Parts: sequence; structure tokens; C-alpha cells
Amino acid sequence: MAELIIMPKLGFDMAEGTLLRWLISEGDQLAQGDVIAEIETDKATIEVESQFSGVVRKLVVEEGSSVPIGAPIAIVADAGESIDFETILAASASSSAEPADPAPEPRMMDHALSSSDGNGRLPGGVKASPVARRLAEEFNINLKSLEGSGQGGRIVKRDVEHSIAGQTDEASKVSLPVLPQLEGSETVEAPLTKLRGLIGRRMTSSKQEIPHFYLTSSFDAAAFMKMRSDLNARMPAEEKFSIHDFILKAAGLALRKFPNLNASLGDGKIIRHGAVNIGLAVAVEGGLLTVVIRDVDWKPLRIISTDARAAIQRARAGRVHQDDVEGSTFTVSNLGMYSIDSFVAIINPPEAAILAIGSVEDVAVVKDGEIVPGKRFKATLSADHRVTDGAEAAEWLQIFKGFIEDPLLLLL
Amino acid sequence: MAVITMREAISQAIWEEMERDEDVFIMGEEVGIWGGTYAVTRGFYDHFGGERVRDTPIAEGVIIGAANGAAMAGLRPIAELMTINFAFLAMDQIVNHSAKLRLMFGGQFKIPIVIRAVGGGGRQLGATHSQTPDAVFAHFPGLKVVSPGTPSDAKGLLKTAIRQDDPVMFIENATLYQVRGEVPDEEHLVPIGVSKVQREGHDATIVTYSKMLQKSFVAAERLSSEGIEVEIVDLRTLRPLDMGPVVQSFKKTNRAVIVEEGWKSYGVGAEIAARLYEEAFDYADAPIKRLAQKEVPLPYNHDLEQHAIPQVEDIIMAVKEVL
Repeated sequence: MAELIIMPKLGFDMAEGTLLRWLISEGDQLAQGDVIAEIETDKATIEVESQFSGVVRKLVVEEGSSVPIGAPIAIVADAGESIDFETILAASASSSAEPADPAPEPRMMDHALSSSDGNGRLPGGVKASPVARRLAEEFNINLKSLEGSGQGGRIVKRDVEHSIAGQTDEASKVSLPVLPQLEGSETVEAPLTKLRGLIGRRMTSSKQEIPHFYLTSSFDAAAFMKMRSDLNARMPAEEKFSIHDFILKAAGLALRKFPNLNASLGDGKIIRHGAVNIGLAVAVEGGLLTVVIRDVDWKPLRIISTDARAAIQRARAGRVHQDDVEGSTFTVSNLGMYSIDSFVAIINPPEAAILAIGSVEDVAVVKDGEIVPGKRFKATLSADHRVTDGAEAAEWLQIFKGFIEDPLLLLL
Repeated sequence: MAVITMREAISQAIWEEMERDEDVFIMGEEVGIWGGTYAVTRGFYDHFGGERVRDTPIAEGVIIGAANGAAMAGLRPIAELMTINFAFLAMDQIVNHSAKLRLMFGGQFKIPIVIRAVGGGGRQLGATHSQTPDAVFAHFPGLKVVSPGTPSDAKGLLKTAIRQDDPVMFIENATLYQVRGEVPDEEHLVPIGVSKVQREGHDATIVTYSKMLQKSFVAAERLSSEGIEVEIVDLRTLRPLDMGPVVQSFKKTNRAVIVEEGWKSYGVGAEIAARLYEEAFDYADAPIKRLAQKEVPLPYNHDLEQHAIPQVEDIIMAVKEVL
């Protein structure tokens, strides 16, 4: 019997997807789980698997076209079966007029697993010992780039350790200016990567459509920095807290207490989201991804830290899950590690606000008329003026300040 | 600390406990007037008398059965099996009665018996008198299974075993009786169910016990002269098994060789390797290696017998295979 493959729903705010590229042709034999197409959503490019086996009888949409979720993109059937394409497509058009929530979400393809380089079902397509895999993931090293020195070419711990040592050597070198050279200075044109293009389009539309306004405030970091070092003294090396863990928790609690900023502009209405899911902007190779830490308002700090660490690792390794990049209701962007005083971030649609975090600095502060050493950081809130106003946003920042400057509250 | 043999250490342990507690007594074949097949109880009969040092008929089921009864009645028997190979004749008493009576009858009885059994091969005694079936006994919940590899542990573990209210299989490797080592002069008790790092190293972990511990010491010294430092974890007790030091060492070295004298199939090495994969999979840097007896009834012929039992050279080779 003929089966329709439809445009899957890959995110809660996804209305349509662009079919970037077909990976199958009409007449191909298809097994359930085969990758059939690359689909670009607002957030990422995703490979989609077939839920059916059979012969590809018709590709309904062309590459490059935008397709609403639930709409048919291909028809799969037995080889000899006679099919009335028009009737099937018409029937599906009438049924997909109802709000489409297609049944099973397609399983994301793990790029590494799908590689067929003769190493069969080896995880990642490489032969590596478990400890080598763990270390490689921890230090973000691509196992495929290593030569294995173990038995039968197995990549073992020492191979990864050599690679880590190499990286550290590179990093510790002073960054010298490039020596002037007569050759090799031509202008080069590099095509936009998919990610670069996507970021460009989203940021352009955000800046053009959203009337941003900005509030900057300075925060006392001494208490939570002290708490962080006290906590980290008790944590194993792989579970140390990052500064952003505290920012996420404080922002999550502030959003729960004052939900006006945990919102999106809908069609003639403001949607206040029930869950507080905070996106954390992560620099990745060739661009930026926002990974989502869910239910930050009620999750304990340690879970937030673990979730964030895992999501960041997956983002940097190019293996985000769909869950990692969709469903955020507010975003935090932290450039504190780059010695940045403060900066202004562009709102990540359809959210209503983004918080940009600068570096924690040792500064002289005036306390009771005396100049004393203190720790401060600046944060800038960008907000959507269609959803909220300056006074409301300032109130939110005050609440955030209350949590971040009295960090024991983050443990309650 | 005095340097004494394993035989002396075991003999001291029994002597001291019999002096300490008059409920402790010995029974077994030739343990009395003859002084024990391996001369462990020489002099006991004259000192403690025939009531507490009892020669029995050649009937292992009777030895363990009578010991079970005596234990239920409140005594603390040490039952000696001339070799562990004869334990099979007493298997029903050991696994169905010693191991279960206390639990099946809701704690109405305690079974404080120690079954001393001599095991191991390499002495040209033929296939039926040379076995190392330690894993068989370690399979049964209810039994504690102890097998020391040094005189100090032998003394301390045996004294603890005698004071236990549960049945303990105390397995002595016959080729260890002449091994010498330091034993504390004062009261010396070693807890049952605690593994021990006997040698520190960082390149690979050898997990072993009993006779193979001594062979591993020799292998470790030879490897050390080549710049390879192995860590040796001595299990000492097979049940209850203490994986703590084993896992800790494996997390440090990422490589393990398990050396046992018994057969490989369904053996101690299989158990340890499986638990390491369960508890520390992400720390493995090479497949865990098991070194064990060849899968044959042990030959009588000297060269064939030695070939079938793991030797120092085999341990060295196995370590190099996981590096």
C-alpha cells in the first residue's frame, strides 16, 4: 500500500521546513531508517529518515522548496503497485488541513554512525578503547584524526593524551603577528556555510523586525564566585561549576518570579510560556548554536551544570540532538571568558529577551565611603519593545540582581 | 615481626584460637595422632587432647555433616578436608546444609564452621587430586570463600574465619606451605571480604590471589627490570568479593590481567572481567585479559602439568599483551 512521507515537525515553533536536498531518487529501493533528505529548519539542518520501506514512487516537492509540516514530500509503495497520485495527494491535503501533529517524530541521524568506511558498526566508525573515547569527548578531539597505536590499530589512551598535549602546546604559544610575505596574500572568497547563512538570515530578520531596547547594569559577583570556588573544592574535576551555571539559575528563578520576559509575540497576542527553558549561546566551529537547558527554574544547580556541560559538548562535537536546540524561551550569551566589559546581544526569535554577560572583574568599589576591592560583572538585557517596556525590563533585572548577589537563594 | 612459613602461620592461627575459645575444635582425616597430612596440626593432639582434636573415618560427607551438627549445637568446628578434591563427596553437606541452614531456619542456628581444604596443582598428583575448583564454591551465596596468598594474610584471615558465625571455605594452596613472610607478633586479624593492593604500579593491574599472587610477585619484579610497573591486587576473599581496590586500580592503569590457577571458563577471571566492564567500562584502554589453567584435566606428566598451569613467563606475556 502506498505510504506518504510528510514534512516532520522538528520543533515546537516550527511551521515549515525547507527541503534542502534529496538524498534519494524516484525508483530507489528504500528501507525503513534510510536517510532520505536534508531539511533545514529555523534552527539547524537535519537529516530525515524514512519511516517506511518500499520503492520511492514519487518525490512530491523540489529541492529548495518550503513545505508546511505535515504536507507530503514523497510517496513510497511496492514496486508494481498502481497508484493514483492525485487522489492520494488530494486526500492528504484535506486531512492535513487539520492542525498537523504527525505521529512519530523521525529519529535524528547520528552523522558519525551513518558513515560507512569499512569499519562496520564501530561507534563513530573508528576503533578506539572506551577510555580513549571518553577522553576524546572530554577534550573535544576528533578520533578520526588520530592514528591508533594499540593492537590492530586501536586508538588508545596514550594516542589521545599525545593529541591533548599537542593542543596545549599550540595554545600556550604566544600569538605572533604574521610575518609579511610577498606571496600568499591574495583575497580569497569562501562560500557561506549553511550555519553562517542561517545565523545571518535569523539575525537580520531579528534586527529588522524586533524593536530592541537595551538595559545595562552592574552586579556584585563576589558572593557567587566565592560560593562557586567553595562548591568546586568538593566536586570532581569533571563536575566543576561554570560561571554560566549560576547565571542560568538566577535568570531562571527571575523568569519564574517575573514571567513577562519569558514570552513570545504571537499573532496579535503575547504567549507567556509555562516552562522556563533557557538557551545558552555556544560558539562552535564556523558559527554559534544556542543549546537549551530545560526547566532551569526548578532544576538544582548541579543538574543545570551537568545538562549544560553535556549539551555544550554535543554542540561542539557537531552532534546536537533536536532537543538541544529547540524550545528555548529566553537566551543567555556569555562572553565573560574573553575579557569583555559588556556587549549588546541580538534577540533570538521568537523569544522576547536575551541577557549578555560580560567578564567578572576585580574592581575598586566604594562601600560605606571607603574604597575596597570587589568583584563585579556587567550584564545587558536586550528586550522586544512589542512585548515589554523599559520599566518592566528594569524590574526583571532587579529581581535577577537579587538572586545573583545573594546566591544562597540559588540553592533553595 | 617474625618471618615464618605459611604452614606455621596457619598452625599458629588455629592454636591461638583453640587456646582462646574452648568451643573451637578440629576434626578430619589424620589431623590428630599423625599431626595432619601437611603437618599443620602437629603437636595439637598432645596439647589439646582427643576430645578437641578428632580423627575421623575417611568419609567427607560425615566430616562436614558432623561439623554442621556440632555447629548447630553451639560448638565452633574446624573441619579439615585432606584435599579440596574430596569436598565433592561432601558437596551436599557444604552447599545445601552449611551454606543454607542459618538462612532457611530464620536464624535459629548459627553455622560457625571453617572448612579447611587444600587445593592447587603442580605436584604430579594426577587429575583428580590437583584441582582448583575455588569458583565452584564461590558460586554459592551463604558460603564465604577465603584463599590467602601470604603467611600474614593466612594467619589473620583464618583467625577471623574461626570467629565468624557463618561457614567459611578456607582454601590453602599446597605449594604455598613453605612460602615465608613477615607475620605480626601481636594479635593479628584480617577482615574477610577486603581485597588488598599488594604491589603498587601504574602500567597495568594484575588481579589475582593465592598461589598466583606469589607468581605474580616474581613476574612483577622481572617486568620492573624492563621498565614496566604493574599493580597487583590480591582478592584474598572470593565471596564476598571486594571490587573496590580492583576498580580503583583499573581506573588508574586502564589495563587488567586476571590470573587464576583454576580453569578459565566460568571462572574467577570471568567474574572480575565482567564486573570491571560493568563498573568501569569507560576506563578500559585494552581488552581485559584472563590467564588461567588450560582447559584440560590436569596431566600427571611433569612438563605437561607445568605447561597447563599459568607460569611466571605466561604472566609476563599476558601483561605485555594488554600494554
